[in-house]
Amino acid sequence: MLCQWCQKRPASVHFTQVVNNNKVEMYLCEQCAKEKGQVTFGSPFSISDFLSGIMEFASDNGYRIQSEPRVICEKCGMTYEEFQKSGKLGCGSCYELYHDKLDLLLKRLHGNAVHCGKSPGSKQQGMALTQPKQANEIDGLKELLNKAIQNEEYEKAAEIRDRIKNLEAKQNKPV
Amino acid sequence: MLDDKESYGPDSDVVVSSRIRLARNFSKYPFPFRMSKEQGLKVLDEARESILNNEKLSNEKFLFVDVNQLDSISKHVLVEKHLISPDLEESQKDSGVIISQDGIISIMINEEDHLRLQCIFKGMNIDKAWNKCNELDNIIGEKVDFAYSNDYGYLTCCPTNVGTGIRASAMLHLPALTMTGYIRSILEACTKLNVAVRGLYGENSEASGNMFQISNQVTLGQSEEEIVSHITRIIDQIIEQERVLRLELHKQNPYKFEDRVCRSFGLLCTARIVSAEEAVKLLSDVRLGANLGIIDDIDVNKVDELMVLIQPANLQKISGSLLNPYERDIKRAELIRKTLKG
Repeated sequence: MLCQWCQKRPASVHFTQVVNNNKVEMYLCEQCAKEKGQVTFGSPFSISDFLSGIMEFASDNGYRIQSEPRVICEKCGMTYEEFQKSGKLGCGSCYELYHDKLDLLLKRLHGNAVHCGKSPGSKQQGMALTQPKQANEIDGLKELLNKAIQNEEYEKAAEIRDRIKNLEAKQNKPV
Repeated sequence: MLDDKESYGPDSDVVVSSRIRLARNFSKYPFPFRMSKEQGLKVLDEARESILNNEKLSNEKFLFVDVNQLDSISKHVLVEKHLISPDLEESQKDSGVIISQDGIISIMINEEDHLRLQCIFKGMNIDKAWNKCNELDNIIGEKVDFAYSNDYGYLTCCPTNVGTGIRASAMLHLPALTMTGYIRSILEACTKLNVAVRGLYGENSEASGNMFQISNQVTLGQSEEEIVSHITRIIDQIIEQERVLRLELHKQNPYKFEDRVCRSFGLLCTARIVSAEEAVKLLSDVRLGANLGIIDDIDVNKVDELMVLIQPANLQKISGSLLNPYERDIKRAELIRKTLKG
């Protein structure tokens, strides 16, 4: 069937509009439908919808991430809800902050949640560059830990404490 | 001038171009969509400083393009040439792109991530593109502290890019697989292997000049070399299948096959009004015929260039004026006639 508007290209869109209680039905090609501006094809289903869909699925699936106190990234002010909505992270620190939730998402996306490619400066300086970064990470976490204790979020504090322990253990390991 | 082989690249009968893209972010600033105006300008400045004034990159003839200052046609010209993404074209942020004179390197600044390093080569050259991009990344990485974690690798705005931040892709011309419908099974197989396939100019593959872009999906948990070799092996198989089918189609009915190719060539050499859709379809036939030796005296590189130059923005840029669709169709026919005959 040809597009009822341009009579040139094959129709691929069934378009229905109600004007003054009259139903108008037309079969249009994508281009005409776009030009008429009545239908948006750009992204009926964006990547962020898709990602937040996966995350919601994850939370319904027995992984307890519901009803937590509001978490906000210190560096960029991104909340977990915003991340869930947009499917995007605000800065590098968000990865640290939403660590446990991300692991699951990344496993679903990539089948894996551990990096094994190149690292900055790996060619020139070996591990030298990554060491101070870890130290920064620990400092950041310690700050978060103090905040959590102040806010009496003890469960979260325990989690952060464990992560600091892990990082310190990693750092003290001879390379 | 480069000799013929060098200028076409390997396997150019099927592979038009190969591309590697790396996503990188500065560790000290939030990702572009969370940046303040000042932070955006700082990223832009620091990126330019670390690339344009980098002594190790002094051999590259770089050009910085302030995308925000371009008119809409000039912006879209860069999109059609695959030098910037549609997202950067529409970006309201302070953004830019650094392009090398030979068109091999393009570095987008403040797209979804602070930096998107990209290297494109003609033909099947994913390895070469990776080596070049890797080197570029190392050199810039000496000047800039990239957002990186030991667990997750290079941190990117979208979790689909995190880890290596690599997107390895090739643009393939697959007329025989499309004509026979086998492209469907290729698409299915690729999806199972975590490889994305999409039509290049629009969704309808027949109207898209039978051009397909194949790229990796997974960026985390595999090394860059593994990702590159995985996609290379898949592409090699597609190349083989396309070649076998081309010969088979020709053998089955040589007159019909050659008739189609030569008619398309004849139309392009003589037509006075050609839409982009029609042109791309006919150029695909000509590309196929040239690669099988059915049409002599035609430079496949010119056909590939035409595929880009006949797109609306490029066409208007060449003409130096805004054209309505009808005027474009006339200009397009003129450009094609001149190029194919010249």
